[in-house]
Amino acid sequence: MFIAPRVADKKDWLSGETGDWELIIGLEVHAQIASKSKLFSGASTEFGAAPNTQVALVDAGLPGMLPVVNEFCVEQAVRTGLGLNAQINKFSRFDRKNYFYVDLPQGYQISQFEFPVVGEGEIEITPEDGEPVIVGIERLHLEQDAGKSVHDLSPDETYVDLNRSGVALMEIVSKPDMRSAAEASAYVDALRQIVRALGTCDGDMEKGNLRADVNVSVRRPGGELGTRCEIKNVNSLRFIRQAIHYEARRHIEILEAGGEIDQETRLFDNVKGETRTMRSKEDAHDYRYFPDPDLLPLELTDEFIAKIKADLPELPEARKARFVEQYGVPAYDAGVLTADKATGDYFEALAAGRDAKIASNWMMGELFGALNNAELGLADSPISAEALGGLIDRISDKTISGKIAKDVFGKMLAGEGTADTIIERDGLKQVTDMGAIEGFVDEVIAANPDQVEKAKQNPKLLGFFVGQVMKKSQGKANPKAVNDLLRSKLGL
Amino acid sequence: MAEPQHGVSSTDVKKIARLARLHVEDSQCGAIAADLNGILAWIEQLAEVDVEGVEPMTSAVAMKAPMRADVVTTGGIRDLILANAPKSDDGFFVVPRSVE
Repeated sequence: MFIAPRVADKKDWLSGETGDWELIIGLEVHAQIASKSKLFSGASTEFGAAPNTQVALVDAGLPGMLPVVNEFCVEQAVRTGLGLNAQINKFSRFDRKNYFYVDLPQGYQISQFEFPVVGEGEIEITPEDGEPVIVGIERLHLEQDAGKSVHDLSPDETYVDLNRSGVALMEIVSKPDMRSAAEASAYVDALRQIVRALGTCDGDMEKGNLRADVNVSVRRPGGELGTRCEIKNVNSLRFIRQAIHYEARRHIEILEAGGEIDQETRLFDNVKGETRTMRSKEDAHDYRYFPDPDLLPLELTDEFIAKIKADLPELPEARKARFVEQYGVPAYDAGVLTADKATGDYFEALAAGRDAKIASNWMMGELFGALNNAELGLADSPISAEALGGLIDRISDKTISGKIAKDVFGKMLAGEGTADTIIERDGLKQVTDMGAIEGFVDEVIAANPDQVEKAKQNPKLLGFFVGQVMKKSQGKANPKAVNDLLRSKLGL
Repeated sequence: MAEPQHGVSSTDVKKIARLARLHVEDSQCGAIAADLNGILAWIEQLAEVDVEGVEPMTSAVAMKAPMRADVVTTGGIRDLILANAPKSDDGFFVVPRSVE
């Protein structure tokens, strides 16, 4: 069914006892749509509510209830499809995927099997320490999430919360185009950035709002495809890499010992860093899909798609390239500044009409450092882009020195007001009046006759005098003027 | 009535029953298979109709899916949701332990 023509870089080959092996990886990413209500009901999707308080009768699988599709969710699927450069299918259909589990009250999941809303596409990814790779998208379809089973509230019972039951997911299926753990994690990271930029999913992997099923197999480089195993529900980039490393080694060991790989579903144990068999029944995958008779086919008009296309935002890769071009920031910095939409917006507001290099230094240095220490996100920053810009303006017009600016920044962080307010209140304006500076210089020279003599022998002592003058001026003297005056008066 | 081209065997009946969580005695399988084959053979008469150039019908009504606005319209009905549960505790459904 699948073909995998690209052969991995030699650096990504895995060596075994009997020769080299190549990893073949494909991913199914489940991304929760950032909607207020569920895919087929008007119950809330808010995270963290008390159990079973966000459940509509239809989510509980009660008889006689009819699902009605959420238009916003359909729009987000199309929007994401466009962001993945993928084909949008004007005709798609919902099917029932039948299986029994305690957190699936309907006895089936409503999904899209034969006719998904989004077809083939592709994205470019850049793995760490590697060249860009094009990863093909096989499809994107809409489906419902299941409820949540809690196994640790009772030793012999399972507790079920249906709040998540019916929440809209986009399942994004890649082609088996990745050849290393680094490529797989770069792919998930790229998808995460795309859905965040599009606003279709918040990409929060810790909450499970974006999670991946990882398909792994090994083959001789360029050779016949091997049998794959699917590792379910891996929810961090690090775990994805660990699971792949473990699984690849397991396959190689079995194959080199003359064994065969069983095609199966496995679970990743993130404490032990291992994968283990999850389902053993061979017919567990017999889902008996059929068109859901409760739902009519989804038919999208050209206008519906065009409207979404018209307000598609700039995507991270494009924005990164523009930052390098327009603001002259290095590619690495541009990557950090475009990692999500809010960061890019903050930077653009800050850099507007200012020196972009100074703006990015303040943002990535002082601001990110301070937010990091305070364990705050940019959204919770006590200093807005406008406020930080106000501070940078006072450095640019030489009202304060860069050193004083750092103190002012600290006070702004503590909520003491704008840069101008703090500079005014604390009298921090840089002294540029040469008469006043000369006064400080003369006082310092007069008070330190011994040092003056020594300085004439050893010009390195200039630093001592600069320090004394700055101290007298409470840091407000213009450092260049102080240096110049001292040099001429000490004859250095 | 002719036998259907792809007949259902007793083994198929067993498998479908298991997937559907239905208990079927071995002694019943042959009779059920025969019934199902009768139904399938009857449906297979449709194969005689010439459908060349006809689009597959995906729904009995010629209309597309109505859509709903993304607003929260329900929730907070936990007592109702749990009303038929044989067992519940602290707002959860409680079922026999089920862990993979």
